[in-house]
Amino acid sequence: MSSFLNTDGRHRTLEGWPLVFTTLTILAVLVGGTVEFLPLVLMETNRPTISTVTPYTPLELTGRDLYIREGCVSCHSQQIRPFRDEIERYGEYSKPGESIYDRPFLWGSKRTGPDLSRVGGKYPDLWHVLHLEDPRSTSPNSLMPPYNWLLSQDVNLDNLTAKMNGLRTLGTPYTDSDIEGAVQDAKAQASNIARTISASGGPQGLETKEIVAVIAYLQRMGTDLTKSQN
Amino acid sequence: MEKTSSPPIGASSNPTMLTVRFDDQVVRYFVIATVIWGFVGMLVGALIALQMPFWQANLGQYLTFGRLRPLHTNAVIFAFAGNAIFAAIYYSTQRLTKTRMYSDVMSRIHFWGWQSIIVSAAITLPLGITTSKEYAELEWPIDILIAVIWVIFAINFFMTLKIRREKHMYVALWFYIATIVTVAVLHIGNSLAIPVGLFKSYPIFAGVQDAFVQWWYGHNAVAFFLTTPFLGLMYYFLPKAAERPVFSYRLSIVHFWSLVFLYIWAGPHHLQYTSVPEWAVTLGMVFSVMLWMPSWGGMINGPFTLRGAWHKLRDSVVLKMYVIGITFYGMSTFEGPLLSVKTVNALSHYTDWTIGHVHAGALGWNGFMTFGMIYWLLPKLWKTDLWSNKLANAHFWIGTIGMLLYVMAMYSAGVTQGLMWRAFDGAGSLIYPDFMETVVQIVPMYWVRLVGGSLYLVGMMMLGLNMIMTIRNAKDKPTDAAISVPA
Repeated sequence: MSSFLNTDGRHRTLEGWPLVFTTLTILAVLVGGTVEFLPLVLMETNRPTISTVTPYTPLELTGRDLYIREGCVSCHSQQIRPFRDEIERYGEYSKPGESIYDRPFLWGSKRTGPDLSRVGGKYPDLWHVLHLEDPRSTSPNSLMPPYNWLLSQDVNLDNLTAKMNGLRTLGTPYTDSDIEGAVQDAKAQASNIARTISASGGPQGLETKEIVAVIAYLQRMGTDLTKSQN
Repeated sequence: MEKTSSPPIGASSNPTMLTVRFDDQVVRYFVIATVIWGFVGMLVGALIALQMPFWQANLGQYLTFGRLRPLHTNAVIFAFAGNAIFAAIYYSTQRLTKTRMYSDVMSRIHFWGWQSIIVSAAITLPLGITTSKEYAELEWPIDILIAVIWVIFAINFFMTLKIRREKHMYVALWFYIATIVTVAVLHIGNSLAIPVGLFKSYPIFAGVQDAFVQWWYGHNAVAFFLTTPFLGLMYYFLPKAAERPVFSYRLSIVHFWSLVFLYIWAGPHHLQYTSVPEWAVTLGMVFSVMLWMPSWGGMINGPFTLRGAWHKLRDSVVLKMYVIGITFYGMSTFEGPLLSVKTVNALSHYTDWTIGHVHAGALGWNGFMTFGMIYWLLPKLWKTDLWSNKLANAHFWIGTIGMLLYVMAMYSAGVTQGLMWRAFDGAGSLIYPDFMETVVQIVPMYWVRLVGGSLYLVGMMMLGLNMIMTIRNAKDKPTDAAISVPA
């Protein structure tokens, strides 16, 4: 070993060969990532699927991208760990098969606010409207900023086809008719949510606004695990 | 942009000798950019630190915490630390290879290209154009620009190695090599995505795999953007400032190779107890613990280089900065393996403990190593005395106190909230079922953090003032350093 490490040893010789040195460095850094990543991609057992987990609807997908735009993931995780306190607080722990359509994954790394993996169905649609407009109206002492522009800005559905085509290329099983009818489908789901909101005493005319897309996504989160197979 | 007037190689009076003039102008650019972006990044940091206890500081749609947080992290990592390591690399590589950089044009494309990336980040992130993947938030057109600029930087660097006049590469250069090749691999690997619009893309991996690739990238951005180049910086600038050779050549070989090999494996420790398979996160934990030793190899080589020179700390603000920097490197590379251990991670993850940990590394190690380098470089690059040593000393103290307040506040907030989340009463119910109770408890700590962070920001402004005044005292056009080499 000393013939290698001495000041006139073999490592000193290596220091005179930048190309060899660089090649060895590349090999050294590639080993770890390769050994850990390849099994994750190649072995089916590492990616268990769940039959009730289905792709997002066009409106939910739109809402998810708004969730990304607003950086919600900075403060809210979407990953319940298998601990008694977390299951008690948030619900059943997160399963690998639940995020197979999540591009990107939104598990987060910080809980300034609570985990949202199973927030779907926890509150009525109107609660979300009030909460996003003024978080302290539903949750006193909350640190969350208000997101009132979600109630006034029109939701953009123009790029839905491009988005769903892109996701289909990557493996999300959207059918032709899913993509063709995407905008119509999104509008129908939006007006359903808007109707529920106004029927429960909330503001009128939200069906074209960004907030209904966000609510569609929030209400979907974590619900696939328990929905009945059809 | 002013032209570099002197030719790289000119005839000297002795016909058997050549004069090699270094390109110090590009180093000056990178130093100035480091200080400007450091101030901007930390100012945004102070704003989002205020937004946490005081929601009214969220100033409308484009300036909420969710949009500014990635701006803060990108600015301090890629703009502040990034420009700092480029300054270090361009300054030391030329001297270690006894040659001017291979191409002045490439050096300038690198500089201006990198600044334009930073500006596009500062525009797109508040607009909500983001991939949401941490430290890789920039969307695909900017990602491509980053890759192009990085490749130009790499070509310039490796061609400089090729035309070097010094047979053996000094240890700092090994760390620069590791930085340049690995960051390229990580950036490309984690940015693989399908564009679905000019400002929107979806990553090719989903769910568990996407999470794995993200933290392979995220952890090794810390390793190869914030650790290896700064170790290279330490190996060049610390012995220079201390006027002592590096303590152990053997140790530098052993810790270099073990560090670059082991670091990559540690990524999955960011995903303990998630849906990522158990074998992968356990592997991440085991390698993180192993990583402790090579990290401390570097940490030991630093202070031991100061053997017999500790008295110099009295007069040298540069050495004081380095000692604090290396001490914090030692602390955060002990804390990192600790946090990767499952039982500790179960408590710390998702809390402010993580935030405390990264700031011990960023403010302590990256910040102070950068400050030390800049205080050492300012007189050399502008050929005049530092404007105020007193102010530099004040920066040292205010920075140290600010940083300590910051990390203490975050540790206590993190541990407090982590313990409250998991607290059960005797009957088996959560003691704090309402999440809000655990938030209200730590709000005072958020204020303390704001005070600490603001002190650190004031220190940064002191550095800015010192730099401006030093440059103003300098001659109109400082000459670049030159050496004589055998023709």
